Amino acid sequence: MKLLHALAAGAFAAVCTLAHPASPAPQADPLESPRWGDMRREFFPAKARVRFDSRVKVTAPLTAENALNVPVSVDAGELSDVREVVVFADFNPIVKIVRFEPTGAHPALGFRIKLQQSSPVRAAVRTGDGSWHVGGTWVNTAGGGCTLPSAGSASPEWQKRLGEVSSRVWARKEGGERIRLRVIHPEDTGLAAGVPAFFIQDLRLTDEAGQPLMHIEGFEPLSENPVFTVDIPAARAAAGYRVSGRDNNGNTISAAIEK
Amino acid sequence: MKRVARTLTAIFTLGWALLLAAADMDYGLAPEQIAPDTWVLTGRSEDFSTQNGGNIVNTAFVVTSAGVLVIDSGPSRAYGEQLRRAIARVTDKPVVMVVDTHHHPDHFLGNQAFPKETLAALPGTIHGIHTEGGNLNENMYRLTGDWMAGTEPVAPARQLAAGPLQLGDHRFELLALDGHTEADLAILDRQTGVLFAGDLVFNNRAPTTPHARLDAWNAALAKLEALPFTRLVPGHGPVSTDGAPIRQTRAWLAWLDETLRQSAEEGLDMTEVLALPLPAGFRRLAVSEAEYRRSVGQLYPAYEQRALARDGKAAR
Repeated sequence: MKLLHALAAGAFAAVCTLAHPASPAPQADPLESPRWGDMRREFFPAKARVRFDSRVKVTAPLTAENALNVPVSVDAGELSDVREVVVFADFNPIVKIVRFEPTGAHPALGFRIKLQQSSPVRAAVRTGDGSWHVGGTWVNTAGGGCTLPSAGSASPEWQKRLGEVSSRVWARKEGGERIRLRVIHPEDTGLAAGVPAFFIQDLRLTDEAGQPLMHIEGFEPLSENPVFTVDIPAARAAAGYRVSGRDNNGNTISAAIEK
Repeated sequence: MKRVARTLTAIFTLGWALLLAAADMDYGLAPEQIAPDTWVLTGRSEDFSTQNGGNIVNTAFVVTSAGVLVIDSGPSRAYGEQLRRAIARVTDKPVVMVVDTHHHPDHFLGNQAFPKETLAALPGTIHGIHTEGGNLNENMYRLTGDWMAGTEPVAPARQLAAGPLQLGDHRFELLALDGHTEADLAILDRQTGVLFAGDLVFNNRAPTTPHARLDAWNAALAKLEALPFTRLVPGHGPVSTDGAPIRQTRAWLAWLDETLRQSAEEGLDMTEVLALPLPAGFRRLAVSEAEYRRSVGQLYPAYEQRALARDGKAAR
């Protein structure tokens, strides 16, 4: 018995030594996801400065009612000089969800995603000094969100309305304005049998003079008929706005956002 | 060597026997008589869990001179079987009809335990079981685990329609309503004055809305309130002697409708709506926080679409 204990202790020590090399210990993942190491390698160069930062707020329900339509809000407003934000879910079959550049808008975005299973949903924010700040939250779900065909793919309705934008502008109590917009698009992931990937890749929000406010790069896990929430600071509020973009099949999206 | 093998076999067998004993799960069903000939089995005011095995629902039975009418069969095959045994402890009359008030899993997944020819429901409920029963059943396995062992969805063949139903010495009035789902059956027993409201009425437990249409639900509640009942059996929560649970359900639905409408009109993102605090009066209701969040997920997109469409000019 003593021998067994000694062996076990030895093995444990060996494993621990392997797991923690002598170099400075990396920050532990606050979400304790076994996929974090892969995410670190996939999304950031080896030498990039990457730290977990509670100033990056990712808001999503702890338990998602509908895996096809999980609401997520990312807010990096506590950081200055935000250049880009990459949102991903460790355990999704398609990990990358959306990437956005707040080129004039508040560094925040509300959107909906499809989740295949319970997963951390994270936002990595690159600031002007080149470093990355990572925030996130766990979302539990019954799953199946990514391998189901869209409702649109089964109905001829979307073909007539593809790319149609409905939108509205609100004055914010905090100052500035809020734009919400919804685009008719099936957002198929390509993971449902016989339904190819078909999703919005590029959306640019500008003021009516064409000055950029927000650039959104979309990926397959955005929800069908995606809804976006964008806040515009008072200094950049305009009499009207425009949205333009395209999907992965080259269909264009273009609409005026009027008050 | 042989002895080792025999010992191992014995340990293995004993292990399985213990496991199977643990798997013989007992809902502890105790019918409570609430009126002449009328018994109710009140479930817990909780979410589905591996502890409660899905017994969060009220089921009931009425012993008529022609046999027993069962109202809802419970969340699993095991529940249905235990319900049958509970009925047999009260009466030796046979079960002649099992009515599913609507197609939510906790109300019909006990159907397997009863003879197929006794099962009956509104056409919309039968359709709902056919189209969604499989998914609802799978979801119950995920939420409650081993309690579901052997459960399969069984759709009734017999279609019910609104109007009187005579069973022996009891005259029932069937009300074909909707709003909680596509088809919600309420049953008034004219003999005893007991109203079985199904999930159109919740009592001290927040209503669920996965298939809800709030305007239709409100209209159904108005019809129920006008009925001459003396006892009200809600789908969830304790039996009542007055219409208070109807008013409570209506107040929750009206508040939910107004909150979602106003939030959409003010441009709130869904994550912001999820974070809104509940009024103190509603926080008292069991599982109100969880049901509110589920309802936002289920219902808010439609409110959002209406709010966006109002000013939505499809300029190109």
